Amino acid sequence: MSHDLAALFYLVASICFILALRGLSHPETSRGGLRYGMAGMAIAVLTTLFILPEVNFVLILAGVIVGGSIGTMIALRIQMTALPQLVAAFHSLVGLAAVLVAAAAFYNPAAYGIGLPGDIKAASLIEMSIGAAIGAITFTGSIVAFAKLQGLVSGKPVVFPMQHWLNLALGILTVVLIVWMVAGQSATAFWLLVLLTLLLGVLIIIPIGGADMPVVISMLNSYSGWAAAGIGFTLGNNLLIITGALVGSAGAILSYIMCKGMNRSFFSVILGGFGGESAAAGGGGDEDRTYRQGAAEDAAFLMRNAEKVIIIPGYGMAVAQAQHALREMADLLKKEGVEVKYAIHPVAGRMPGHMNVLLAEANVPYDEVFEMDEINREFSETDVAFVIGANDVTNPSAKTDPASPIYGMPVLDVEKAQNVLFVKRSMASGYAGVDNPLFYMDQTMMLLADAKKMCEDIVKSLEA
Amino acid sequence: MSEKLIDQAIDLANQARALSDGAADLAREAARVGAETGAPLAEAVGPSPLVTGLTVFVLAIFVGYHVVWRVTPALHSPLMGVTNAISSVIIVGALIAAGTGGYGFSEIMGFIAVTLASVNIFGGFLVTHRMLSMFKKKQR
Repeated sequence: MSHDLAALFYLVASICFILALRGLSHPETSRGGLRYGMAGMAIAVLTTLFILPEVNFVLILAGVIVGGSIGTMIALRIQMTALPQLVAAFHSLVGLAAVLVAAAAFYNPAAYGIGLPGDIKAASLIEMSIGAAIGAITFTGSIVAFAKLQGLVSGKPVVFPMQHWLNLALGILTVVLIVWMVAGQSATAFWLLVLLTLLLGVLIIIPIGGADMPVVISMLNSYSGWAAAGIGFTLGNNLLIITGALVGSAGAILSYIMCKGMNRSFFSVILGGFGGESAAAGGGGDEDRTYRQGAAEDAAFLMRNAEKVIIIPGYGMAVAQAQHALREMADLLKKEGVEVKYAIHPVAGRMPGHMNVLLAEANVPYDEVFEMDEINREFSETDVAFVIGANDVTNPSAKTDPASPIYGMPVLDVEKAQNVLFVKRSMASGYAGVDNPLFYMDQTMMLLADAKKMCEDIVKSLEA
Repeated sequence: MSEKLIDQAIDLANQARALSDGAADLAREAARVGAETGAPLAEAVGPSPLVTGLTVFVLAIFVGYHVVWRVTPALHSPLMGVTNAISSVIIVGALIAAGTGGYGFSEIMGFIAVTLASVNIFGGFLVTHRMLSMFKKKQR
């Protein structure tokens, strides 16, 4: 196969990838889009095997079979609640692969047509070192993110004095090493660069707290794309450049959406120190404020007689594995003629769109699930708002109290509903450690119990 | 008179032949030099590969920007799954390293990279497929 023909096949693969993303504009078209993505990948791999002058099929097949079966096994077994960890782990693999490909290109440049060992083109060296650096940051950064999400290490931000200065110094050192490597074709510089950026990846992610994880995952998604693009420049391969750019911009847009959902600037998330689980510190203060507590029967009675119920699920619902019981409850209400809708905050869950997947898994039809901007104005004509496992995203002080740490964050207008049912394990404050005035409002009834247990109890009363 | 003209014509013809021989020599020389330095003559005209790559890169960012903003927020998790899977197209670079026929350092690096990228390709597409197959419409 000539290189021109191969380049055309790579173009076809790139278009397949674009169509895969395009398909995600609607659930109906998304599955077709995914098939384009798979076809694109198959075209890319086969084309590459055809243009290689000599192919070591044993080695390649071994890699694909081992890797493919591990990937398949993981993907089939993973729980949907653990999706963020999985994605973080997968990002780390892309990062490491980028580092290894850069190393291979450095030691065997002739195979890539970029020169001879010790005499590699300067432009290729720059591209290679940037690809390796971003890859290494993605690798260790994703591992730290994985460990935080999986609960292997605390989700608390790790901060120490002079942290930002240290990171800045290491960043400058990275540039120095790249210059050294390009000027001297030095293998020492290459490996020092890899080591340094591996360290940098850890240092960049440790100060970011658990609550900011949706941003971190999107950001690492973006990095893995830029790393692929960097390698694409090294190899002079447009497919890698295009795909890297697509992935990079997708991750960047998701990071932006997540930041906006939390009213935080991207910069302040990166600098970190926020989002620790300082729940105990909050809450205090107004302990004499009274709240109304209800039982499952009261909730069942209220909702059965309502015309319209909006359910606001949060990550706590997923932790309690309450989504199936919740859907059962909603089904019974629908049978009674109640209109049921779900309202999703952009940062509900631990990664972008996580809550939608969790609800879909529990067989909630996607056309009953609405984004915050679509549904917010409907709360004023809603009889019952049913908050389950969410807290900060319903906090009205984000709109009214400039002193509140979450002031300015877009929230769901739950307090406008006639009645608010708030399922909560205890009266402790939310993830951000902020007290929620909604608890003490007249129309609010607190349902203090485990989310799953409460849903099951409501189902029982509805059936009775 | 006519003899003089004929002599002049022969002279001119000889000069022309000498010139053409010189040109041919030059062309051969140029081809040899070109082959030795490994730089095809055509490449001297167009932009460098870096600039071509940069053009493609910037245009692809624009495409990505517009396509991704049209993704419905409900499908942001599958979007991550898909982008994760397709970013393992880096396997192309890994295949080149692994497939040279030898078993040196670069081949081992390539082999590991092929394995890692394969985990991602199969795992990424499959988990996205699982997610997407759960999204169902209301049954009426």
